[in-house]
Amino acid sequence: MAEPAKKLPRIEISERRCKACSICVDFCPTNVLEIRGTTCVVKDLEACTRCQLCDLRCPDFAIRVFD
Amino acid sequence: MAVAKQKLSVPFDYDKYLRKDKLPHIWCPGCGHGIVLKSLLRAIDNKELSKNDLCMVSGIGCSSRTPGYVDFNTLHTIHGRAFSFATGLKLAKPSLKMIIATGDGDAMAIGGNHFIHTCRRNIDMLIIVYSNAIYGMTGGQFSPTTPIGSIATTSRYGNVEPPFDICEMAKAAGATFVARGTAYHTQELERTFTEALGHKGTAVVEVIDSCPIYFGRMNKQRGASEMMENIEKNGTVSVKQVDKLPAEKTEGKLVRGILHRVEKPEYCEQYDKLIVAKATK
Ligand SMILES: Cc1ncc(C[n+]2csc(CCOP(=O)(O)OP(=O)(O)O)c2C)c(N)n1
Ligand code: SF4
Ligand code: SF4
Ligand code: SF4
Ligand SMILES: [Mg+2]
Repeated sequence: MAEPAKKLPRIEISERRCKACSICVDFCPTNVLEIRGTTCVVKDLEACTRCQLCDLRCPDFAIRVFD
Repeated sequence: MAVAKQKLSVPFDYDKYLRKDKLPHIWCPGCGHGIVLKSLLRAIDNKELSKNDLCMVSGIGCSSRTPGYVDFNTLHTIHGRAFSFATGLKLAKPSLKMIIATGDGDAMAIGGNHFIHTCRRNIDMLIIVYSNAIYGMTGGQFSPTTPIGSIATTSRYGNVEPPFDICEMAKAAGATFVARGTAYHTQELERTFTEALGHKGTAVVEVIDSCPIYFGRMNKQRGASEMMENIEKNGTVSVKQVDKLPAEKTEGKLVRGILHRVEKPEYCEQYDKLIVAKATK
């Protein structure tokens, strides 16, 4: 039988608030995020460990990680 | 000490404390001020303080724009005088929990005198100094906390003035709770704010903060993340480690953590006692 799919976190990024400062990208321990144009986006959700460091250091109230 | 409440499944809901219609805020990309505010909001949540019982007062500067974004009672006043406005308000309504948002320029230059006398009186308020070693709002002039040698628009060849130590100054002036944190150590800062909010008397928390746009650019730090990294690696050492580390590892570094905490009579209470004593004589 196939393994049940791993439950992935949900990362919410507000494009309106994000200023693409790259702090969350540079301090994410598992390289989940990247800057595309004027906003931060998720590039590898599977790698997210839900550590919340991106949220703790985002100066703009722009990123949230739900279990 | 209170621990961070953040649970993995539910991210912290900052919006309940914010004026959402005012976001995005005016701070530049990567400015540390927003990170400081987030640590404060989590501390307020830890203490279960009601928004109506809080009053945030500020002077002028990028840091002093903070009250514009929080959904408390707020007062945005004039440069260097947040302390004076807050003193008046606290005396009129002692039940309010006062929080002052100020910058190194606002508190140490034009407001230096108001700052020390507020500390001397030990009036019950939390003073948060967003300490980015520059006048951010007016375009990057050096401030009383800019390190020797740093470039600013008013020190193109390097600053020659020795900086103030904000924490030493607060302690010497009579503040009864003095602490230092940084915009990098966000959870430690939350714990420090939580403790400070529980203190009766003048509590001063200096937060080593970053202005990537002026200080960073002029001092060859490539961006917001590099400034954060510098705060972590070179700038500070925890009060818990400072005695255990060899001198060369701590030299020139600022000490983080709660540096001073004593109990002394609080100003409003002393004033009230006097009024009662005279009125009932
Ligand atoms: C009486 C008066 N003098 C000068 C100014 C110009 N001014 C505005 S903000 C500021 C310095 C702010 O620096 P700081 O408090 O460190 O705040 P930051 O912008 O770095 O957060 C100055 C000199 C003013 N607004 N009012
Ligand atoms: S929660 Fe942690 S692992 Fe996931 S994106 Fe944020 S910083 Fe990266
Ligand atoms: S830290 Fe916040 S503002 Fe900066 S890029 Fe990430 S989500 Fe955007
Ligand atoms: S000028 Fe500096 S202190 Fe002001 S908002 Fe921009 S980065 Fe922050
Ligand atoms: Mg400043």
